[in-house]
Amino acid sequence: MAEGKAAHPAASHRPASTFAAQAAAAADRRETRGRWLLSAPALLILLFAAIGPLVIVVIYSFLKKGGYGGVEWEFSTDAWFSVVFTKDIFSDAVTLADAHMSILWRSVKLSFFTTVMALVFGFPTAYFIATRNEKSRDLWLFLITIPFWTNLLIRTFAVMEVIRNEGIVNSILQGLGLIDAPIQILFTDFAVMMGLLYVYLPLMVLPLYASMERIDFRLVEAGYDLYATRWHVLRRVIFPLVKPGVIAGSILVFIPSLGAYVTPRVLGGGRNLMLGNLIEMQFGQGRNWPLGAALSITLMAIVMIALLFYVKNASNTEARHG
Amino acid sequence: MSAAVAVEAKNVSKIFGAGPGEVRALDNVSVTIQQNEFFTLLGPSGCGKTTLLRLIAGFEMPTEGSILLEGEEVAHLPPFKRHVNTVFQSYALFPHMTVAQNIAFGLEMLGKPKAEVQSTVSAMLKLVRMEELKDRRTSQISGGQQQRVALARALAPRPKVLLLDEPLSALDLKLRKEMQIELKRMQLETGITFIFVTHDQEEALTMSDRIAVMSKGKILQIGSPTEIYEHPTVRFVADFIGETNFIEAEVMQRIGSDGQIKLPSGIVISHPLGENVGVGAKVTLAIRPERIDLVRPGTEAHLSGTVENIVYFGTDTTFHVELEGSQQEVTVRVQNRRGHQEVLKAGDTVGMRIAPEAMQILKD
Repeated sequence: MAEGKAAHPAASHRPASTFAAQAAAAADRRETRGRWLLSAPALLILLFAAIGPLVIVVIYSFLKKGGYGGVEWEFSTDAWFSVVFTKDIFSDAVTLADAHMSILWRSVKLSFFTTVMALVFGFPTAYFIATRNEKSRDLWLFLITIPFWTNLLIRTFAVMEVIRNEGIVNSILQGLGLIDAPIQILFTDFAVMMGLLYVYLPLMVLPLYASMERIDFRLVEAGYDLYATRWHVLRRVIFPLVKPGVIAGSILVFIPSLGAYVTPRVLGGGRNLMLGNLIEMQFGQGRNWPLGAALSITLMAIVMIALLFYVKNASNTEARHG
Repeated sequence: MSAAVAVEAKNVSKIFGAGPGEVRALDNVSVTIQQNEFFTLLGPSGCGKTTLLRLIAGFEMPTEGSILLEGEEVAHLPPFKRHVNTVFQSYALFPHMTVAQNIAFGLEMLGKPKAEVQSTVSAMLKLVRMEELKDRRTSQISGGQQQRVALARALAPRPKVLLLDEPLSALDLKLRKEMQIELKRMQLETGITFIFVTHDQEEALTMSDRIAVMSKGKILQIGSPTEIYEHPTVRFVADFIGETNFIEAEVMQRIGSDGQIKLPSGIVISHPLGENVGVGAKVTLAIRPERIDLVRPGTEAHLSGTVENIVYFGTDTTFHVELEGSQQEVTVRVQNRRGHQEVLKAGDTVGMRIAPEAMQILKD
């Protein structure tokens, strides 16, 4: 403004400032338009690949199932009813759908424990990497991402090879004479959890590392200086500072674990089903597409609740740092 | 106050790294710091002053030697087992806590009862005049205020010794001056031993009871500010603190500890000599610019020369005088007690008179 005025001494102050305001507004508009243009490809993908199918799934969940799969275009809440309840074929007695409930419970339970274990293993790992010098940090991060190079199915079969009755773990334990008969690890909940942990651990380590890397380690020194023991420094100084990373990592592990399909299928051996398998069954052998759709939405609802928790916490920490 | 010892470092060495790349940060340093003393470690960056502080705090372990805290060996204790607190150069305040929570941290870690924590915190807030901002996040207060919180946090557990690692270096000049006075006030009020690390000689002179001047991992001289300033024993100390003229002189005669010294002008003066200075030895005299009087040529003087240039500083005027018979330049500072007077101009010849006690013979 001042410059404009100096360049045109004859012009009065007011038109100059109005002009400047207009120019600024125009620039703002241009910038906004530019941003929309830049995000258009992503928005289009979201519209056609995420929102579109989602709408279809929601609609299908309120339709009648077709005889051989597919749907009949007739409104029905049967699918939603059978997510939670079963009706006895003969007596029409309504009871809770035990199979669904136990699978739902197992999914949440296994995902929760996977997340906790990922945190237990991931936290020290991330701390270790964050405290290395810059050069070796890159190497460690690179090593963390290596499992992603191989196909998930192959990795899961590899885990199976390790834990099956004739596998490496059991044969070593037997060879050492520690056990007489092989321990049944494969096809248990524990095996599923181990598999999930193995697959999703990097998703915990990376966000944890990202937030740890930003810690000013002089704060740790300050903690020690103020009589905090190692445990207290961890709990009172480091943990609060990496909380955003803990939350992000937990979400990144919990959500895909909840919807996992390959791992419980291979390591759970068809007995230890999770939600993902149940949904797949409805679209396959079960030939009950509306139920599959309703279950998918149930899964999504759980994920949404987890995300809401995340957003709430994230905004809290942001306000604190702001 | 009792003259009990607060901290004693005995033959402490610290080596970082190993092999050809090793760095000897501290080289056989010994120092005794009295209780209730404001003790300053002064030196340029890389002289080892911060290393010595970190050894006392417990962040580093000495390679050799021992560190005693009130007579007790602490060299291998972790920092949380030493009753010593630090004010960090970067303050290192916990960003996820409020001002009051920061101050309470050390007390809570010591397991003090809640009521005591609260009363100490409010006393500390009062001491550093931060009562109104106690519920602010540390990111929402200014640098000077952060400095005060860091100080309060370190003082709250009533440490036996408070270590201050260049705490004022991030503040602007005016605030720094205020904090210097403030720090001194707090030291007197709390009666806690302060060990202060700085590279700012003025800061060291204004606040300290005693100063240790360090260079290249060694302590060169320990003394009160006046001793350090007026009687530097080595060239580095004379040069690092304030401005100094170094004038070469020759020992002509020696009777007991008294000697006759010939100045570059040929004039011989009597001056007490150190032990290992014999006849014929060259000695260096350190003379402060403000201790030299300019006199008219012809009157009795120790040195004479030609005025090269004159720089006016407001409170005083500095004359650069080239010594007669040598290329050496001597700086003379004259206070403008009667305002600026243009008696001299560049090119004039002047005499210089120096009181004998203002000439300090250096060891090297």
